[in-house]
Amino acid sequence: MGPLTRLWGARGWMLLGGFAAVTLVVIPLLRLLPPDHALYLSDYYVLLIGKIMCYALVALAMDLVWGYAGILSLGHGLFFALGGYAMGMYLMREIGTEGQYQSHLPDYMVFLDWKEFPWYWAGSEYFWLAVLKVVLVPGLLAYVFGWFAFRSRIKGVYFSIITQALTFACMLLFFRNDTGFGGNNGFTDFKRILGFSLAEPTTKTALFMVTGLFLIGTLLLCRWLVTSKFGRVLAAIRDAEGRAMFSGYNTRDYKLFVWTLSAVLCGIAGALYVPQVGIINPSEMSPANSIEIAVWVAVGGRGSLVGPLLGAGLVNGAKSWFTVAFPDFWLYFLGALFIGVTLFLPKGVMGLRDRWRRSKS
Amino acid sequence: MLWLLGIAPAAQALDAAAVKQLAAEDSDSKLEAINKLVTSGDTAALPIFKALQDDVLQVYQGRVVISTDTGVRDALTGEVIDVAGATPEGIVINNRIRGALDSAIASLQLLAPDRAARLAAAKAVALDANAEMLPLIQRAVAQETDAEVKALLAQASAAIELKSPDAARRRLAVQQLALSENPQTKQMLGALLEKGADGAFAEPDAGVRDEARKAIAAIDSRFVLPQVLGTMFYGLSLGSVLLLAALGLAITFGLMGIINMAHGEMLMIGAYTTYLVQLLFRQYFPGAFDAYIVVAVPAAFLVSGLVGVALERGVIRHLYGRPLETLLTTWGISLILIQLVRTLFGAQNVEVENPAWMSGGFALGGDVVLAYNRVVIVFFAAFVVFLVWLLLNRTRLGLYVRAVTQNRGMADCMGIPTPRVDALTFGLGSGIAGLGGVALSQIGNVGPDLGQSYIVDSFMVVVLGGVGQLAGTVIAAIGLGEINKFLEPYAGAVLAKIIVLVFIILFIQKRPQGLFALKGRTVEA
Repeated sequence: MGPLTRLWGARGWMLLGGFAAVTLVVIPLLRLLPPDHALYLSDYYVLLIGKIMCYALVALAMDLVWGYAGILSLGHGLFFALGGYAMGMYLMREIGTEGQYQSHLPDYMVFLDWKEFPWYWAGSEYFWLAVLKVVLVPGLLAYVFGWFAFRSRIKGVYFSIITQALTFACMLLFFRNDTGFGGNNGFTDFKRILGFSLAEPTTKTALFMVTGLFLIGTLLLCRWLVTSKFGRVLAAIRDAEGRAMFSGYNTRDYKLFVWTLSAVLCGIAGALYVPQVGIINPSEMSPANSIEIAVWVAVGGRGSLVGPLLGAGLVNGAKSWFTVAFPDFWLYFLGALFIGVTLFLPKGVMGLRDRWRRSKS
Repeated sequence: MLWLLGIAPAAQALDAAAVKQLAAEDSDSKLEAINKLVTSGDTAALPIFKALQDDVLQVYQGRVVISTDTGVRDALTGEVIDVAGATPEGIVINNRIRGALDSAIASLQLLAPDRAARLAAAKAVALDANAEMLPLIQRAVAQETDAEVKALLAQASAAIELKSPDAARRRLAVQQLALSENPQTKQMLGALLEKGADGAFAEPDAGVRDEARKAIAAIDSRFVLPQVLGTMFYGLSLGSVLLLAALGLAITFGLMGIINMAHGEMLMIGAYTTYLVQLLFRQYFPGAFDAYIVVAVPAAFLVSGLVGVALERGVIRHLYGRPLETLLTTWGISLILIQLVRTLFGAQNVEVENPAWMSGGFALGGDVVLAYNRVVIVFFAAFVVFLVWLLLNRTRLGLYVRAVTQNRGMADCMGIPTPRVDALTFGLGSGIAGLGGVALSQIGNVGPDLGQSYIVDSFMVVVLGGVGQLAGTVIAAIGLGEINKFLEPYAGAVLAKIIVLVFIILFIQKRPQGLFALKGRTVEA
């Protein structure tokens, strides 16, 4: 079995190729049309699809820990936000002196009467350092937290609620003005990235393509991981941790690795999200946001990699339609989705597909 | 006493010239007149000052008059004057004079016969005294008979003396202030020790500075005990609230191994039930309004408990053995409940009024006040814990609950109707949360998001306390409340929360099963 056929069959590769063609070729080409052309894709849709691709990236990361290792995290929004803040710090520096107060400091620091950047802002003007932080900050936090948690064999609901407390505490921390990340309002009003104006349609298209590229890359990486021996051990840990341990596997290290990897992927998703959406604030860390990530995965079907992608797309697509058409009913719908999926569709949409296939044969 | 007699005659007749001077054109003359009247120490000037303040002091044919509803009267004699339809001319005052009037009235009140008026005036003067009032304050101190007012006045005069050019007098003033019961004097003394921009101390004399340091230490030592007691009490009160929020959660988690994310919403439902009961009482039994809480407690228990039973029967029982999915489902339920309450009652907070006997507080010394509603909640929480203990240890249902918690399979084999025990226990846990909601409605805002702010904290209590253990939950809740309140002054509320979280994560390294682990072979599958 060659390395390529190990990942997917012919149909799978064709689907992936199709997705790559649409995000990396067709949509960018459509963006080259004159804005009044019938097929021109407006900024709104590029932003919406780009956003959903970031969410899909998060959903993949979540599926890796929940679907394959059986660890339900209710704090993945924290890693997403940390990646976003790391990128946001760089974007704030890129504003330069074009803020409202024409200072080299961000507006909120001028407002707080700060005279210079706090120490942890050192080097935030370098893009490469921002990229490094996007990977390292969520990764390190996840590693340290996971090291403690898995060492004392915290698992199941205990682990879930402690991750929730973690993101809740960090949200409170980031809400403080003194923390130095803009308090309630977070970072916004970005002007440019690497010298390119964020308001330009070409910059938007480029960011969109980068996001698509990362999503495809992550999908390949995850697929490679879960079809390798590593993935099988993860599944063994998920299904019977005791037995895997007694068979001589150091389950702690396996869990720690996949947990940290997942956090890093979330951080990357956050870093891609912030320049497109143009804002990052502490509400991204609210427990409700993190638990919503779990629902994307549950709706799509965990334990399959396509499922979370579908789930993120479906739920967020529904959300952007509902919040415009029936803003009061979105929470009812979301709540019903939580209940309905867990009660009637334990394997999500993918489970529905399998059931349909089985009934056909 | 002789001195007292000395001012007595002045009380009979106001200085007619000074009253007349109030009507002068320029502000400086008016101010001079006000000062003259104040230094005379005659409370008869009070109505005139008030009239001037209210713009009803007027001039009619060279006489200063006060126009009232019943006619125009002479300001000095009170005699009614027939103005025969003519309008007396008003006396115009500016903001400077208004300010002078305010302190003049406050100073004169110091000599008022009514104790309450004197006390209020003394309190006002103690906070904001200026040098011109000193003679008057000293006179008031001499003739004051009430100890409380006298202490306040002595403090006020010391505060003025603090600015005296004579170092010896400043020193005496500092010594006087050291006896003060008012925590604000500490700031006043602290200001003496501060350095100005030029590096010089605000207080030039080193001896006085030493005295001030001693005085601050003396005040601190007198306030340490009430401060510590107050913090302990507020920790206990926070702990009681956490306990009421977490008790039901701990029981259901112990029994069924599931975390009910909608538990916070049971608190909210309890609080809204209290709100409704209160509305009902206001509408139909306004006379018995203060007793509404007696009805609200069982009502909240029943409503929340019934919602809990419905949830268990309707949704949760289908998910046994899948704890992670239960987490998501119950979160979905909580979203729906929140939105439902928003639809029914609006997104704004609703107001729940305390019964009269629960408002107010008990002063512990210094600025530490124990609010009655919090005291009541502490006792209420203790009462609820006692009832739950009785229920778990002295009733058949309690026996069943304990049996199922320890070994579900074995209990089932022994003929215990485990589904019914599950439903009843879930209802009990939710009902206790409803009681917590009654308590929360008495100390804070009642809104649709009420439960969300307590849910993370109550999970922490359960994690720390261990499952299915009453004692563990009680100790964890009170402990977390105390730690939070004691950390708050040093770290601020947010950092205190984060420190507590880190502490919990480290703690469960040592004891993964919480404070009190169940003994026995309950190794997880």
